[in-house]
Amino acid sequence: MTETPFPNNAYAIELRNVDIFYGNFRAVKDINLQIEPRKITAIIGPSGCGKSTVIRCFNRMNDLVPSAHLNGEILFHGKNIYDPDVDPVQVRRLIGMVFQKPNPFPKSIYENIAWGARVNGYRGNMDDLVEQSLRQAALWDEVKDTLKKSALALSGGQQQRLCIARTLAVRPEIILMDEPCSALDPIATLKIEDLMRELSTQYTIIIVTHNMQQAARASDFTAFFTMDTDRAGIMVEYGPTSQIFTRPKDKRTEDYITGRFG
Amino acid sequence: MTDNDLMQRSPHLIRRHRNGKIGRAIFFLSTTIGLVALIVLILSIINQSMGLVIVRYTVEPATLSDKPLEDLESTELSAILTQRLKPSRLRTIERDTPLATLSRTQLYNLVMEEIVVPKVQKSFHLDESLFQRAKIEQIASEEYPGAHITFRSWINWNFIVGSLSKSPEIAGIRTALMGSLWIILITIVVAFPIGVGAAIYLEEYASSSSRINRIIQTNIDNLAGVPSIVYGILGLAIFVRSLGDLTQGRTVISAGLTMALLILPILIINAQEAIRAVPNSLRQASYGLGATQWQTIWHHVLPYALPGILTGTILSISRAFGETAPLILVGASSFINKDPSSLFSRFTVLPIQIYNWTSRPQDTFRNIAAAAIIILILTLLTLNAVAILLRNRFSKRV
Repeated sequence: MTETPFPNNAYAIELRNVDIFYGNFRAVKDINLQIEPRKITAIIGPSGCGKSTVIRCFNRMNDLVPSAHLNGEILFHGKNIYDPDVDPVQVRRLIGMVFQKPNPFPKSIYENIAWGARVNGYRGNMDDLVEQSLRQAALWDEVKDTLKKSALALSGGQQQRLCIARTLAVRPEIILMDEPCSALDPIATLKIEDLMRELSTQYTIIIVTHNMQQAARASDFTAFFTMDTDRAGIMVEYGPTSQIFTRPKDKRTEDYITGRFG
Repeated sequence: MTDNDLMQRSPHLIRRHRNGKIGRAIFFLSTTIGLVALIVLILSIINQSMGLVIVRYTVEPATLSDKPLEDLESTELSAILTQRLKPSRLRTIERDTPLATLSRTQLYNLVMEEIVVPKVQKSFHLDESLFQRAKIEQIASEEYPGAHITFRSWINWNFIVGSLSKSPEIAGIRTALMGSLWIILITIVVAFPIGVGAAIYLEEYASSSSRINRIIQTNIDNLAGVPSIVYGILGLAIFVRSLGDLTQGRTVISAGLTMALLILPILIINAQEAIRAVPNSLRQASYGLGATQWQTIWHHVLPYALPGILTGTILSISRAFGETAPLILVGASSFINKDPSSLFSRFTVLPIQIYNWTSRPQDTFRNIAAAAIIILILTLLTLNAVAILLRNRFSKRV
């Protein structure tokens, strides 16, 4: 650890010397990353550099890939979430996830929100929770009259906001977003970005994105990943977004940022 | 003229279109062949199942009563029986089942069987009956003087609800139909939960890298192709012999369990396909909300896969319903009058009944075999319709 001005638990979540393997292939090596609480942290980098792999290890979604395993520590409230006594189900409730393609359940809009809360043992007023979650996701006004209709009838952008609302309904601390706008048009994308800004007052958000303008527009901190010579992903540079995009320290970051959009 | 001219079709493009048309014609032809074969099959069965018959009564029904026999009340029917039957025969019948306890239909059947005794001398197919009426009348008057020509549909209510008999005129298939339904019910109740359970385990829990799981999977795939007679031998050895104390031998439950074994591999493979078709994004969405594996399977994977699983179940039930060989081995009775009433009853099933009848020399047995085939097909269609309705209900909830 080079610089830790705060004690461990002052970060929302922290990666320490993380290597991730698929079978024998090391997909990501030696990542050290401290995520600031209630900020938006963007992970950018070229295809295949392990961005999605990394974001999926924050809430142990990689456990679902049989061949995946991880070395190193991911500290959340001072506890390594990969410790054997940690239940991944509990991790995923506290660290929610929004996926690349909108994936609402083939149920009604209401059920989409209520289901996650219900399986997690929520005992309050469900109608209130649904309304509150939909309002937080800026979707309430569009769907308040069609709560019983199938979520699959919504547009792509609405579906993605529904997925965010669904995640909010289980009251997570951190929201992971894996390229949440890659399947959306520019207007829907802007809505999601506004929403992220709104949510970052209460939640820590980590977003993987291909779209560098999005990272520049919407995030507070940016981590730049690239592929090393052995095809393993490495983190090149991490810092405040303004600094990464205007005064990158590393040549590779500068090449990437200027090369694509320069 | 340039290559870009819209009006110019190159020889290459013409050839591509021609190939497409040939392909289309071939596919259309194969569909037509299949359809024609099916229609011919059904027509030939229907053709045999009804038509004119030359019938001779031992006692003319008109001499028994002024009214047609079908309209008589129970009391009148039993009066005829007591008057006309030999006292010894009457006593035998009374000893089995007193006349007073019989229903009107049963009494009517008794009168027909014991007194009127219609004997079909010769039966004709539907096509002959429709187009060669004159020839049939000629045959009747020359070869069977005094006999009646009547139209007879071998499929009729008495045929469906009647019990088995040695004479085709009054034989019914109730016992065989009940046997088939009992066995199929047991088969579904046993095979569906086990099959779906195994499919869930193999798809959702078992790791595909484990050697044992791979062996199990390969075995299931191969078992689906094993000839049904082998399952019959297995059923005979396990359910009839080894577990004979529990199943009481050649009973409905033994047959149902054997059938369940027979369709299990097909059911498992189909259910696995259906579960595999559930998009992974759905599972991820569920896990991402902090659901456990069981909640994910029960609330999302299973409902999504259910229509597919039910389709597989329909196919396996159709197979089990028409299956004959294993049940012969497990010990279906070839002649049985008593309906199955419990898990431990003796039984016969429709396909076996049909098989028995087709192997008899008399023409009329072939008529009732055709009629039984139609009933078999109709029952199967009904069962499938129920399953399809169920499936549509499940898939509409989305």
